[in-house]
Amino acid sequence: MRPDTGFRRFVITCRRHAAAAGLLAALFISGAHAGVLPEDEADLLYFRYDGGGVQVQGPSMLVRKSIGDHVSIEADYLIDMVSSASIDVETSASPYDDERTQYGLTASFLHGKSTYTVGYSDSTESDYLAKTMYASVAHDMFGDLTTVSFSYSKGDNDVFRNVKDPDGHKINDPAFHETLETQNFSVGVSQIITKNLILQGQYEVITDEGWTNSPYRSVRFFIGTDQQGQQPEVYPNTRTSNAASIRAKYFLPYRAAIDGMYRFYTDTWGIVGHTAELGYVHPLDNAFIGGNWIFEGRLRYYTQQAADFYQDIFPRADFSNFMARDKELATYSAMTAGLIATYEFKIDRFPWLSKGQLNFRYDYMAVDYDDFRDARFSLGSFGTLPDEPFAPGTEPLYKLRANIFQFYVSAFF
Amino acid sequence: MRILRGLLVLSVLAFGATGCSSIEPWVKPYDRENLADPIMAFGHAPNSQAFLDHVFDSREGSRGATGGAGGGCGCN
Amino acid sequence: MSAVSVKRIFKGVVLAAVFASAAFATSSSPAPAFKLPGRGGKTIDLSQFKGQVVMINFWASWCVPCRQEMPLLEDIYKKYKPMGFTMLGVNVEPKQQDAEAFLAKLSKPVTFPVAWDADSKVSALYKVKGMPTTVFIDRKGNVREMHISYRAGDENYYLTQIRTLLKE
Repeated sequence: MRPDTGFRRFVITCRRHAAAAGLLAALFISGAHAGVLPEDEADLLYFRYDGGGVQVQGPSMLVRKSIGDHVSIEADYLIDMVSSASIDVETSASPYDDERTQYGLTASFLHGKSTYTVGYSDSTESDYLAKTMYASVAHDMFGDLTTVSFSYSKGDNDVFRNVKDPDGHKINDPAFHETLETQNFSVGVSQIITKNLILQGQYEVITDEGWTNSPYRSVRFFIGTDQQGQQPEVYPNTRTSNAASIRAKYFLPYRAAIDGMYRFYTDTWGIVGHTAELGYVHPLDNAFIGGNWIFEGRLRYYTQQAADFYQDIFPRADFSNFMARDKELATYSAMTAGLIATYEFKIDRFPWLSKGQLNFRYDYMAVDYDDFRDARFSLGSFGTLPDEPFAPGTEPLYKLRANIFQFYVSAFF
Repeated sequence: MRILRGLLVLSVLAFGATGCSSIEPWVKPYDRENLADPIMAFGHAPNSQAFLDHVFDSREGSRGATGGAGGGCGCN
Repeated sequence: MSAVSVKRIFKGVVLAAVFASAAFATSSSPAPAFKLPGRGGKTIDLSQFKGQVVMINFWASWCVPCRQEMPLLEDIYKKYKPMGFTMLGVNVEPKQQDAEAFLAKLSKPVTFPVAWDADSKVSALYKVKGMPTTVFIDRKGNVREMHISYRAGDENYYLTQIRTLLKE
């Protein structure tokens, strides 16, 4: 069965989490302590992801300013420019370009030893709208050694499907409009153990309700013993996940820091994920290089067991109620190694600039799938069959390699 | 529901812990120098971290439990 | 008490036992004596200030609110010094280079005495519970007020304390 050559493509899944992840990261990583407002800051980032036939690049900016002693406001804006010829796209559709725009607004209120934060984030692309609201409270206690935080966020997403009109323009299929509602509940504790060691624990529950899959992706199934067919994927319309993480950071006496993290993940789709990460940061103040440099190395290991309803190729059509072939739900292990170089500076002519930073970051991600095969060996690429197609189910296992570049400028006031 | 009840129990325990004033904070505020050092912060520029979290979120089935607040100088 | 107090009492039920007493400890006990090396090589002895009103400010260069209030403390020192008042900065860092670098870069140089409490003995003696901590000592050498933290507007509280103690 030849794939439908109409305009179809595959979205970068979990886009609905982009807005929420942006908000949550902005709060949690901004150095927000409960009893102190976050620093005034302006960031400009250029990012580029290149791997598995997908390129995503764009600018991302953030501005944070405190108003008085008790309020801090943050605005952020980013654009994802996507050019995709991923393996899923290659085996059943045509390459596509798209652009995603996201903006967010967050406000933090300091009252005594508590910080209350509310935020809103809006993400728009040609076939996906995500609106997320977010609220959290963090409280310092016990001599400021302990910080407890609770957060809640709710995302309302609209899923559309792009098709080509008679003139070849990209439009939303008027017959397709689904919705997805996501809620996050999170509780976190940060605990200072010694004057050199800090520990953080977090537990997060995420629930999805609605259209959880992609309108473009298919699963494949055997026809007889050596032929294959494709049909649209079918996902449950609910998903509940639990994630628990612990991280620690330790100050080394010669002024450096080492950190580690472990996260355990499980959900109602049967996915089990383990994440482990290690990092080492080493400043080189006024070293032979000149100027203030900070170097950091990071290593991240991730392993996952597939969702219950995932198979690379099903025994026959309509095999089960739920069927998925998204490699994101497969069984695999991944290693990501990263290097960050930061140059810190001050400009005497601008005394209001307390610190400036130039950051260069490079990450290399390698993913080896255990039960997702490279179907280009049997289905070909963009409708062109290979010279000697493999029998379905015998193709080599897929390996994904990606290069991720980031260059960003940070200014602190 | 169960989730909210669990959070409520946790919050009672957490806030109740402050009643244990028999234990003195063992790291004094004037000893927070190393913890206040910027290199001791978890994570980087928020939009850089958000971008990477987004990359992993879209490649992986796992999501959540990637952030936290606290630490630092404890200045008021 | 202001309108904010309603919310504060509610929070205070849970936390007051541990924190409220530390934030505004009012006592009239003798200020613990100490002798510390000072900036510029001089030794600073608390007893040398007997007869004056003393405001001790425990600070560190890594503490943002401490850095913010430094110019204000210098203003207060210059204004009230002729009336029998002295400001005394006590730096709590184990090494002095960061603090010296910070003081050197100030556009308004600090002229009041600064002592180095490198092994935190004096901080522990005064039971410092937050950064910064400000201690008000009267002419007789008794601790009258302790104040933790600095927020914009706290200088008004400082001035009220100083004027009250100077009148005695």
